[in-house]
Amino acid sequence: MCGIVGLFLKDPKLEPKLGAMLTDMLITMTDRGPDSAGIAIYSGAKDGLGKITIQSATPDEDFETLDADLRDAIGQPVALIAKNTHAVVEVPLGQLDAARAALAHLRPNVKVMSVGDSIEIFKEVGLPRDVAARFDIAKMKGTHGIGHTRMATESAVTTMGAHPFSTGSDQCLVHNGSLSNHNSVRRDLRRHGMIFETENDTEVAAAFLSHKLQDGESLGKAMEATLTDLDGFFTFVVGTRNGFGVVRDPIACKPAVMAETDDYVAFGSEYRALVNLPGIEDARVWEPEPATVYFWER
Amino acid sequence: MQSFDLGKDGLRALNSALHALKGQTNMTAWEVVNPKGAHAIAAGVDAPVDITVRGSTGYYCAGMNKQATIRIKGSAGPGVAENMMSGTVIVDGDASQYAGATGRGGLLVIKGNASSRCGISMKGIDIVVHGHIGHMSCFMAQSGNIVVLGDAGEALGDSLYEARIFVRGTVKSLGADCIEKEMREEHLLILEDLLRRGEADAKAKPEEFRRYGSARKLYNFNIDNAAAY
Repeated sequence: MCGIVGLFLKDPKLEPKLGAMLTDMLITMTDRGPDSAGIAIYSGAKDGLGKITIQSATPDEDFETLDADLRDAIGQPVALIAKNTHAVVEVPLGQLDAARAALAHLRPNVKVMSVGDSIEIFKEVGLPRDVAARFDIAKMKGTHGIGHTRMATESAVTTMGAHPFSTGSDQCLVHNGSLSNHNSVRRDLRRHGMIFETENDTEVAAAFLSHKLQDGESLGKAMEATLTDLDGFFTFVVGTRNGFGVVRDPIACKPAVMAETDDYVAFGSEYRALVNLPGIEDARVWEPEPATVYFWER
Repeated sequence: MQSFDLGKDGLRALNSALHALKGQTNMTAWEVVNPKGAHAIAAGVDAPVDITVRGSTGYYCAGMNKQATIRIKGSAGPGVAENMMSGTVIVDGDASQYAGATGRGGLLVIKGNASSRCGISMKGIDIVVHGHIGHMSCFMAQSGNIVVLGDAGEALGDSLYEARIFVRGTVKSLGADCIEKEMREEHLLILEDLLRRGEADAKAKPEEFRRYGSARKLYNFNIDNAAAY
């Protein structure tokens, strides 16, 4: 069992409240997943800048002079905003790959959570309420976001085993369920050059989509391919720079409820997660059909 | 009328109060406000009372119901009226997966759609769905009746025992050992009664339905297969 929440805002007036709304939804899903929690927020691009969200078990030590060290390494301006165990590193857009390579060299113990021009991912072990508070998620603004509360089945309860997983620029995926063919799919994706950080089944689903998107597939087509190529139980919620998608396996035993108004599209593993959203009383509320891809793009 | 605010007093207090009702009681009408998708609302009631839930419910609302009439003025989460024994449960909106699962008796009415596994392993409950039902509905259903005014999803009635399935719309596919059967007078009478009690008689006539049931090949031992065991 796990909990998923997601929000895709259509009304820009709600954007300053995205973090607060998602935090409330995430905490409601605590009893579906008290092991660990994570959230991906698409907070919007800053002109010409890209960002890398990183995580460290010893943040004081690792982050202290990291901005200066990275600046020296890539010869470009670097800003670092530390948030508890995570930090968002801002570099000029064209320097993301160089910065990531330098980071691996300068701080080999630091993990990369996400890379892109809009996405930031924060995830840790612990109760959703505590995880959200550590990163002050409630104060974050953005256009869309996805949260996950984890009850681990397939791999250990660690920071890197928490969701969301990001395996491509500005892409992320969360999962309720378990995959049974993830080892063979991982082997195949590795042969195609995809890199994996964990033994987790969900990371394979994320990389599967990233690989399809790299090959030029649309988000919709890539998500449809999960129905034929991934074996197991899943409800996936997927984020891209400007999109938000949902797909459930054909058996569809992992729950899902969606709500849509003129102002937003919302996802919850249960209706409980949606009850405090503005205008929910008059929203169109439905259960996504099995083996059917839903996605919204702006 | 006993009014209960779930947001204020909590689920455990509600269910304790409802479980304390035994036999005859003067507190026959209950209203539950602010359900907000909570789980197990009014589960395990065993008294002839009328309970109205004003909003949508989470998992297992009205589970194991005996005698009570429970109305949900919203949609119901997974497992509504699961293992109902008697009484009536009416959902004004949609119902999530396995509505009425393993129900032994009583009547479950869903005025919207029911999703997958509706009536799975039903054992005597009657279910009337005004809309559609999802895949794997009535899987291993043993007895009782289900009436669907809309369409049925894939693998309807897979491994069916003796439940009767009436569908007005299309059936995407029949499960193993489930076949269409002749509609006889006795079935039209059952349908007429269920449509009336399910508040659907203004929407549909018994003659518009087709009946599905078990071919009885799967659950009877076939002596020709003896060597396989």
